[in-house]
Amino acid sequence: MSQQLLIYFVVGGSFLLYIGLAIYSKANSTSDFYVAGKHVSPVANGMATAADWMSAASFISMAGLIAFLGYDGSVYLMGWTGGYVILALLLAPYLRKFGKYTVPEFIGDRYDSQIARTVAVVCLIVISFTYVAGQMRGVGIVFARFLNVDVTVGLLTGMGIVFVYAVFGGMKGITYTQVAQYCVMIFAYTLPAVFITFQVTNIPIPQLGFGSELADGSGYLLTRLDQVVTELGFASYTDGSKSMTDVFFITMALMIGTAGLPHVIVRFFTVPRVRDARISAGYALLFIAILYTTAPAVGSLARWNLTATIQTGEVGAPTANLQYDERPQWFKTWEETGLIKFDDKNQDGRIQYYNDSNEQFASVAESYGWEGNELTIDRDILVLANPEIAGLPDWVVAFIAAGAIAAALSTAAGLLLVISAAVSHDLVKSVFNRNMSDRNELIVGRICAAVAICFAGYLGFDLPAFVAEVVAFAFGIAAASLFPVILLGIFSVRVNGIGAICGMLSGLVFTTLYINAFKGMLFSPMFENVSENWLFGISPEGIGVLGALLNFAVTLVVSYCTKAPRQEVVDLVHNLRTPRVVRPEVSHG
Amino acid sequence: MKHRQYWLANLRLVGILLSIWFIVSFGCGILFVDVLNQIQIGGFKLGFWFAQQGSIVVFVVLIFVYAVLANRLDRTHDVDEEE
Repeated sequence: MSQQLLIYFVVGGSFLLYIGLAIYSKANSTSDFYVAGKHVSPVANGMATAADWMSAASFISMAGLIAFLGYDGSVYLMGWTGGYVILALLLAPYLRKFGKYTVPEFIGDRYDSQIARTVAVVCLIVISFTYVAGQMRGVGIVFARFLNVDVTVGLLTGMGIVFVYAVFGGMKGITYTQVAQYCVMIFAYTLPAVFITFQVTNIPIPQLGFGSELADGSGYLLTRLDQVVTELGFASYTDGSKSMTDVFFITMALMIGTAGLPHVIVRFFTVPRVRDARISAGYALLFIAILYTTAPAVGSLARWNLTATIQTGEVGAPTANLQYDERPQWFKTWEETGLIKFDDKNQDGRIQYYNDSNEQFASVAESYGWEGNELTIDRDILVLANPEIAGLPDWVVAFIAAGAIAAALSTAAGLLLVISAAVSHDLVKSVFNRNMSDRNELIVGRICAAVAICFAGYLGFDLPAFVAEVVAFAFGIAAASLFPVILLGIFSVRVNGIGAICGMLSGLVFTTLYINAFKGMLFSPMFENVSENWLFGISPEGIGVLGALLNFAVTLVVSYCTKAPRQEVVDLVHNLRTPRVVRPEVSHG
Repeated sequence: MKHRQYWLANLRLVGILLSIWFIVSFGCGILFVDVLNQIQIGGFKLGFWFAQQGSIVVFVVLIFVYAVLANRLDRTHDVDEEE
């Protein structure tokens, strides 16, 4: 069977599985639609959360980013896992105890304010659409390469699949498809990693392999990698080049952003009890960690394989660079997609791949007769190209395609569902039509999900940055807007509605403006995006931390200057803090 | 009074676990990475290993430890969920 046919077969099979599961678990009530009827077991919820969480960015882009960033890539590894500790210890059990459907609903009830709830809906929509746009671009890349179809057709197919199980199945349908998607995804990710680690180091466990010696006995993989990349003018792989301040702030922004992402938080509304919420966060992170500890191994091995393919001998020797005519098959395949480009600047018919923006290295490169870097590689393709680079059989490539699509679709579905829940439950029902019946709300919810899918698909057609970077902005905004007011809402009885509204708005506005000033998403950039221009040396990716601090400060100051919340709200907070339903005592607090 | 004691015990538990969380990730993985990188275990520089492997493993363990201890805390303070 040809590779193309195999890919159609495996991807098509996975689609059938998802749709079958969705039909089997159709939502019949608003509780099913929003929180899967609160009947999901902690292990299943952990897997669903992991699939929901691990997006196209995690699956496709992250290992590629790490491959090129080295140590600096740790911001994604720690940032996207450490947030679960905050979530499990500070938010999940209390929000489960709250026991309703959405994040804005919590903010509205806790802060006793319809305006706070509406502001939370706005924050949620900004975050979720930024995030979902990144997923859609991921779907586009995968379809373009693997299914040999136009990106438009690819996006429409992806939207169609999500439409079926998100619109009909709601949270219940999504949860069970996500369990299946997790299995597809983790199999597709770890299998090639095991093969490649074994090929390069003779050790079949990726987590250990990338700390081992190379199979050819020339030394430790990481040591050799450091050596070769520095000889080519790049930063040392295990040291990186970002400043410590920036690494610190980006990691923190991603962590608290994770804990503030509505589509992640809402997963802890779907389990039966408070203690299930706690353990479920543990399972979720365990399932996530399997992929996240494999990713740095994949990153370093991919960088090694790539470098060794191009730089076949000692750096600087005229014959030590790969001849373009002898380039391997995977190189040609990806050239066709335009994601690998070769430009023979010094006309020697060989590929020179080095860091030509390193000024100190320029004279060395000149002495080698190199006239500039000749190879451009889109970082997003590394994971997808990895099995081909390693020469793995066609069915592995087919599974990678199915896994990448599963990653993008599961996250997109989760996001679209929180968007539709926020609009139907927190806007339409609570603002416009309080007496809406359960049945009508379900219809409105489905219409909102359908509209959100169309809008997300539209966003996916044209996107400026790498998938992971777009996603990083969603984290900054989540960190700066929702996380602080949710946390304070649980741990302080004194904060009030007016404080939360001012806090959320200041965090949102500050972070959005800062990111835009450098990256220009809504208006053209005002400053060049270099460290000299950054506030306290913090890049746009890490600014969410300052936004969150601003939000905390504004919420607290405004709250303490205005009236304390009503007794009902104080009782609500005390009730959140204990797993058992209690009659509030007047004295404690 | 019962609930106040429970809440304080809970804050203490969360505080201790979050300190470990901070030390392992931001401490070992970022702030003291250069010092720890002087130590090499196998092919890994220790600081680099914490940043790309060790911190993640510790995060998982922390949540499970929290789940067990918090459930125990609920029972000893008699605020656990009735079956």
